[in-house]
Amino acid sequence: MKKRTITLTAYFFLLFVPIYWMVITSLKTDVEILQSFTLFPQQITFENYREIFTSEVWRSSFFNSIAYVLLNVVMTLTAAIPAAYAFSRWKFRGDHHLFFWLLTNRMAPAAVFMVPFTELYYMLNIFDTHIAVALAHCLFNLPLTIWILEGFMSGIPKEIDETAFVDGYRFPRFFRSIFLPLIAPGIGVGAFFCFTFSWVELILAKALTLTEAKPVVVTLTVGIGAEGVKWGLLASAGVLTIIPGILVVYFVRNYMAKGFALGRV
Amino acid sequence: MARIELKSLAHRYDSSRKGKSGFSIEDLNIAWEDGTANALLGPSGCGKTTLLNIISGLITPTSGSVLFDDAIVNDRPTRDRHIAQVFQFPVVYDTMTVFDNLAFPLRNQKNGEIEIESRVAEIMELLELTPLAKTKAGHLNPAEKQIVSLGRGIVRKDTVAVLLDEPLTVIDPILKLDLRRKLRQVQQELKLTMIYVTHDQHEALTFADHVTIVRDGSIVQSATPEELFLRPKTPFVGYFIGSPGMNTLRCESTIDGFKIVGSSLAIANRAGNLSGVLDLGIRPEFVVTSPEEMPGWNRLKIRAIEHAGAYQVLTLESGALEIKARVGDDTATSEGDFVWVDFPSDKTNLYVDGELAIL
Amino acid sequence: MRQRPWLFLLPTLILMSISAFIPLMAVINYSLHTIFAGSAPEFVGLQNYADVMSDAQFRGALIRQLTFSLMALLIEIPLGVAIALCLPRKGSGVGLSLVLLGVPLLIPYNVVGIVWRLFTQSDIGVIPRILSLVGYDYNVSLNATDAFFTILLVDVWHWTPLVVLLAYAGLQAIPQTFYQAAEVDGASTWKTFRYVTLPKLRPVLTLGLLIRFMDSFKVYSEPLLLTGGGPGNATTFMSLFVARKAEAYELGYAGASSIIYLYVVIVMSYILFQFINRSSEERHR
Repeated sequence: MKKRTITLTAYFFLLFVPIYWMVITSLKTDVEILQSFTLFPQQITFENYREIFTSEVWRSSFFNSIAYVLLNVVMTLTAAIPAAYAFSRWKFRGDHHLFFWLLTNRMAPAAVFMVPFTELYYMLNIFDTHIAVALAHCLFNLPLTIWILEGFMSGIPKEIDETAFVDGYRFPRFFRSIFLPLIAPGIGVGAFFCFTFSWVELILAKALTLTEAKPVVVTLTVGIGAEGVKWGLLASAGVLTIIPGILVVYFVRNYMAKGFALGRV
Repeated sequence: MARIELKSLAHRYDSSRKGKSGFSIEDLNIAWEDGTANALLGPSGCGKTTLLNIISGLITPTSGSVLFDDAIVNDRPTRDRHIAQVFQFPVVYDTMTVFDNLAFPLRNQKNGEIEIESRVAEIMELLELTPLAKTKAGHLNPAEKQIVSLGRGIVRKDTVAVLLDEPLTVIDPILKLDLRRKLRQVQQELKLTMIYVTHDQHEALTFADHVTIVRDGSIVQSATPEELFLRPKTPFVGYFIGSPGMNTLRCESTIDGFKIVGSSLAIANRAGNLSGVLDLGIRPEFVVTSPEEMPGWNRLKIRAIEHAGAYQVLTLESGALEIKARVGDDTATSEGDFVWVDFPSDKTNLYVDGELAIL
Repeated sequence: MRQRPWLFLLPTLILMSISAFIPLMAVINYSLHTIFAGSAPEFVGLQNYADVMSDAQFRGALIRQLTFSLMALLIEIPLGVAIALCLPRKGSGVGLSLVLLGVPLLIPYNVVGIVWRLFTQSDIGVIPRILSLVGYDYNVSLNATDAFFTILLVDVWHWTPLVVLLAYAGLQAIPQTFYQAAEVDGASTWKTFRYVTLPKLRPVLTLGLLIRFMDSFKVYSEPLLLTGGGPGNATTFMSLFVARKAEAYELGYAGASSIIYLYVVIVMSYILFQFINRSSEERHR
């Protein structure tokens, strides 16, 4: 028991040292970052955060990120729920092949699709919009979510569907008032993964935006300018980008524990 | 095999745990003789499983002692107690073959491979598992898995006792009978000390020589199946054992017998003048009925009849009182009729303050 | 009635054709042409594929990539299981542990880049400063070994929590009686792990293996931000290689290498996928 606690403490320590370092760097002055090696800021400064909050570019890029991530979560779930239902309930020609083909898209490296995406979205006139990024992220989020939800739905006996139809439920009403509540934990887990992968993605988000929909992850790389790297500014933007993630994990932690235990995640 | 004894045993779950308060087992004394088949019978949540886990050492009791052949084993770890345990859900090592499953405990004891082989072969023969020797245990059906986990328990020659925790729960009804027969046969051939936990009275009464009834963590009665049937120590046992359970009639002592509360029924010929709360217990099997009037018998109305193949169960009423009687299928009656009823005194038990009174 | 499944799949098929199928066709199309900015594409058949296969740089990147993914899996899977075994099974520690484990997973790739640049940068980083105390001159922009293992370290840091979460979910699903039976049978700690825990974890671990294999094969932002693929080509992994070619507008060449790259991932994942299906069938039996 004791050995376990020590191992665990050591692991969490190593896990959080780099994050701690970023947090304290964000509170240091540029001079201190470059000239000394301190485990705690000698002089705490909020200058970096002030700069971010007063900058129109930073604010709008935060908003852009949240917009396309939420759009992606909604799009993915809307498509994935019926698809997963079809895979879990019916056998049809080519179902296994289709399922595997969907999964292969999760494997597709974003770098491969960078150029064709750009050309396609120019053509469709949605380049540099939130929709473009949200659509592109379906590439990897949709297959994963279908996979997760299929696992959850297969765990629910078909008899439930049949009983409901015998009881005179029409399909839409059955789906909404009986089936969806049953797989709520699965939807929670799926949404969590969609949020995660869309929030952290960089390559496509960068390739598909210029100014209008530029996400915060891209704005961050811009901080590396010609006049030298502004480490403090980068670090504070990094801290701010982590916060939504932490909030999400915090709120879904119980769902996660339940979902992880139920489905095959 | 060994004799197993529990002395003034008590167990309480962590008191900080919400929802559970007080003792789950309280001041319990019992002994199971070497080489006997025993059952622990009681409703779900009465502490049966806790008791088993205390014997095997998976749980340390709060107080009291566990004795194997008169030696206290409280401090002996599970692996040194040499207890075999069969759980409710079959537990096998999925990735191993049936042979390797049975050899596993022996290998853990660092026995020689030749010795292991002959012993495992012997056990497989006994349990009729030989054709499955090379099958992966993960591919067996639940009944076969349950036999394998029994085999793993008895393969060691130093096994002290075999504990079975509701072992038939997940088995198909058809295979249940077969598996129970096999258990009983193995028990007799190897002279095993077996303790079989169940909430199913039928399983307990057909399997064991000796049945212990547990309720709320304490023993209500420990006796042979016959004794439990004829002389249940409390109205609870009487009701719990038998189908349908014993009739319990609250009564008052009168000069020439008993008067049953809530009705005009009276029973003569009993030693009078008793104090305390009195109950009469009579099994439906022993209630005698007659369609014609008999002197000294009581007249009751048939409210309902349930046919159960070779017999039928009558629900008789008189005022607020309700009595079940089990009569032969040839008895011609119909609902709404009146019958005359007698309670033979040698088959009727008297309970004073909830305890069987010797008359 | 026979069309019903397809009706349910329609939204997915539409989305996937926009975000996967059409772009993939475009990539295949590029791969069959030689494309120069300003002039019309010229059809060259499989010439690009031949060029890619005989390109030592491509082969180098592929081998480097396989080495990297293999090492990442060999470290992350056992480490993840070990940590999961240490986690509390119930009580107030569970929620906290899950939250802590979730944090690294939700850090955007380029913030991971920032975190680790602050940590490894030769002028301000923590690692070079500590290692210089023991006389080691750590430098990711000069030393190829340092660079490679730094990227590996970042991947392990970033993604082991995912394996921990999966393994933990698997552990929670193992009924307690299996451990009691092993104890009764006198099994040692190692044997209990080997014959109870590991077989029960197999499906969930195969899944973790699959996800981690696919994702580690796509590693892109970390080398881009930390080492720029260098020094030399020491950290030029597949994605970076392809992206470089695409940025240089060698679209035919980039397309062909993308397709080969995708083929390798799919084949290897397919093998793992079959493995999962088999083990889950065994479970249902």
